[in-house]
Amino acid sequence: MNDVPMHYCPGCSHGVVHKLVAEVIEEMGMSDKAIGVSPVGCAVFAYRYIDIDWQEAAHGRAPAVATGIKRLWPDRLVFTYQGDGDLACIGTAETVHALNRGENITIIFINNAIYGMTGGQMAPTTLLGQKTSTCPYGREASLHGYPLKITEMAAMMEGTCYVTRQSVDTVASIRKAKKAIRKAFQASMEGKGSCLVEIVATCNSGWKLTPVQANKWMEENMFPFYQKGDLKDTI
Amino acid sequence: MGKIRGAIVVNTDRCKGCGLCVESCPQDVIARGKRVNVHGYPFVEVVKGDACIGCASCAIVCPDGCITVYRKKMEE
Repeated sequence: MNDVPMHYCPGCSHGVVHKLVAEVIEEMGMSDKAIGVSPVGCAVFAYRYIDIDWQEAAHGRAPAVATGIKRLWPDRLVFTYQGDGDLACIGTAETVHALNRGENITIIFINNAIYGMTGGQMAPTTLLGQKTSTCPYGREASLHGYPLKITEMAAMMEGTCYVTRQSVDTVASIRKAKKAIRKAFQASMEGKGSCLVEIVATCNSGWKLTPVQANKWMEENMFPFYQKGDLKDTI
Repeated sequence: MGKIRGAIVVNTDRCKGCGLCVESCPQDVIARGKRVNVHGYPFVEVVKGDACIGCASCAIVCPDGCITVYRKKMEE
């Protein structure tokens, strides 16, 4: 980690996940060989915080860029770090095809059910009934469709080897998430296929809650729909 | 067996006062103070330093990495 204060809102899950990624890379001794692909979204400045090589991708195109990097540098640890607006909406095609091709990359997917950076608009992952700035009366299935479960989609594909859903709200879940990230990084370095680590995260300023209330809200509303655990593990 | 004592140091300039560490602390060692830092955030302060067991829960949940934990095994 660089000694730079993060620009994230107080209590944002991004900070914890950044720490976990940095710790895993350092423990694996891959700091000189890791290349991250940062998305468009709140994590766009990830290159400021983790002291490895980074490439900034166009909105949603991080898995395509990571594919190119990994094919040119097979000995590098290549991962993308994307939010739900980037990965599940604008970059669905790139994500789905990169996972289906079985590229040896890891995708870290931060799912906070909202477009956090632009002011809390509805995302494809927004829960039914959840209020956002573009659906102030709550998301309705008849008008806005249903929430998209990208991780379940990825688990059905032949190309993926490790698909999991974690969270970073408690000490125990943070430790589990770290183990998942480590496992995914190791599998992609061993060339076993694509890995997807979804982190169910909070966006307290987008949800208009305090950080502590946001964690409670996530536990009550997000976890029943986005159930945690390993969805696929063929390592 | 020696008892383990802990001590924490909060980087008050970087703390954003989110309060996640206050929730995670099993011993209620930390609390949000009334003072604010240069950014205007009400940072957290150690209120019951003697109760700290050095579990590092606060440091693990802190999104901004503001908390340093020291741990020492006390002799009988």
